[in-house]
Amino acid sequence: MNRLSGEEWQGGHYLSVPLSSHTHTNAHLQRHTRTHTHTHTHTFTLSRVVPSVAALMTWLHSAAFTRRLARSIAYLFPSGLFDNKAKPLMKHPDEVFPKQRAVQWGADGRPFHFLFYTGKQSYYSLMHDTFTKALAVEKHQDRLRGKGLFTQDAKQISLVGSRWLLKEELEELLVETISDHDYARFIQLMERLLSLPYCSAEEDFVQRYRRQLEIQSSKQQVQPLQYDQHGVAYSTGDGRRKTATGTVLLRDSGSGSISINGTNYVHYFPVLQDREQLMFPLHFMGVLGRFDMQCSVSGGGHSSQAGALRLAISRAMLSFLSEGQVETMRQAGLLTPDPRIKERKKPGQEGARRKFTWKKR
Amino acid sequence: MRSKELSVERQTGLWRCTDLRKGLCGLRHPWLVSAGYSCSGPFCATAVAVKTLPLQTASTDVTDRILNLPLQMPDFFRLSELFSLKDLFDARVHLGHKKGCRHRLMEPYLFGSRLDQDIIDLDQTVEHLQSALNFTAHIAYRGGVILFVSRRRQFGQLVEITAQDCGEYAHTRYWQGGLLTNAPIQYGSGVRLPDLIVFLSTLNNVFQQHVGVRDAAKMNIPTVGLVDSNCNPSLVTYPVPGNDDTPAAMELYCRLFKMTINRAKDKRRQMELLQGLSAAGLTPGS
Repeated sequence: MNRLSGEEWQGGHYLSVPLSSHTHTNAHLQRHTRTHTHTHTHTFTLSRVVPSVAALMTWLHSAAFTRRLARSIAYLFPSGLFDNKAKPLMKHPDEVFPKQRAVQWGADGRPFHFLFYTGKQSYYSLMHDTFTKALAVEKHQDRLRGKGLFTQDAKQISLVGSRWLLKEELEELLVETISDHDYARFIQLMERLLSLPYCSAEEDFVQRYRRQLEIQSSKQQVQPLQYDQHGVAYSTGDGRRKTATGTVLLRDSGSGSISINGTNYVHYFPVLQDREQLMFPLHFMGVLGRFDMQCSVSGGGHSSQAGALRLAISRAMLSFLSEGQVETMRQAGLLTPDPRIKERKKPGQEGARRKFTWKKR
Repeated sequence: MRSKELSVERQTGLWRCTDLRKGLCGLRHPWLVSAGYSCSGPFCATAVAVKTLPLQTASTDVTDRILNLPLQMPDFFRLSELFSLKDLFDARVHLGHKKGCRHRLMEPYLFGSRLDQDIIDLDQTVEHLQSALNFTAHIAYRGGVILFVSRRRQFGQLVEITAQDCGEYAHTRYWQGGLLTNAPIQYGSGVRLPDLIVFLSTLNNVFQQHVGVRDAAKMNIPTVGLVDSNCNPSLVTYPVPGNDDTPAAMELYCRLFKMTINRAKDKRRQMELLQGLSAAGLTPGS
């Protein structure tokens, strides 16, 4: 490859095709090839952009250049690696690393907690505190008895709607593993504290180890009542049982007439058991003659259709009832869909459970 | 010394060969070998311990004085004024168990028996209790870890409160097997074991000797133990014969130990202040 002459280099031909080897021998050919190559080469004259090397260095280190460079790379080499959706899903460190205890003793080796040498300092400390409180309550009671002010009907702590902490929750609270026996002893001690008549002084302490129960019926979704053009209230409900589905339109201020798929319920369900299933929700709430029902049902057999309609009637009735009545219906099992379906047949057996006849030989 | 050791080794048959004499182990007359060998075997080397004297600085002088001063007096903490024989009698410390429960090794400590109930000799109890409290005070003065142990459910709360009040430790619960012997694994490495264990009852719930007595003896931890007439005093370093069943007696003991330990710790703080002041006073002057 020919070395470019100093003149050409300083002229600023930054990217130019190297001259062929024979050009420097023939001057006229050289001139020809120079002009030829001149028109076909891409020339980037740096001197037009940046006046000096110092200015070039400044430009290369500037923020504007960095931004331009980043944009150019992102455009030329598109990558999904830096998308927000491509970021790894990481859990919070508290979920990954369980809570561990710090070092239990100081620089001189003396442990901080006075029950350290038992091995389960948090649990035994809790038992110690609970027992101290029980003793304090008993002492208070004795003082009242001495003054003659002791009464059995002192204010009690309300425990309705709450439950004791589970063993796992207690372990989490104490940051320590405890055995079933230890947990049972703890609950026993708390119950003993609660059995004292004047235990209301320690209510805060006791409530720290109880959790509120969620009321199940508040999860029921009750549709609001609808009114037709005559002002009669009505509501709909649907239910499923095995492969049967049924819908019901319940109308208020009726006479207790029921029609299923256009026919009377006595003709549709000749079997007494199926009619009883239809009646049961109304009979349970004592509103037998109040509603008119228009039902439609399909699929399944007669028994499953009756069950589907029963669930549909119960759901439709919810709009007419109060919260307490809804809770009663839930506890009676009227609002629970029956999950039983036909069990599948397994290979190697004749049915779901029936095996082939066992032959001794 | 060398030949005596060798003869002993020969007799007991513990002749251990170094690399020079490996081939001669089976010889019938090993004393021929012994005549010429140099004193370089593992059982014969005379240990030349080069003692490097520590640099005597002002702080070590003060610390030595603080630590050595209580050892020069028999009753530095004046613990004999904490209790008297009459206090022990009023707290019913002299009442032991019935004759059938008596432990053979407790017979030297008994005064006698009345209507089959053993009576503990309170003169001996006073001496033993005095020395036990003195020892506890010295341990507390030197910042030792003291562990109170009792497996009696009646007095568990009392013992724990006593330990809390004097800033020491208590164990009145189920004793897990390796608490002392397997401590680095149970608690973590670098744990400091107790320097003194005080047994306010040496028996456990099934009237057998508490495991801690044996474990402390294994781990070379001194023990102070309250031994009733049905207990075994042999493994306890400072046995104190006395009643461990009456609430009055237990309250007395807990009070005594608490006062001893608090007194010792207060004395230590006092000494440090005094010595610190005197050291500060000396250095600018000298």
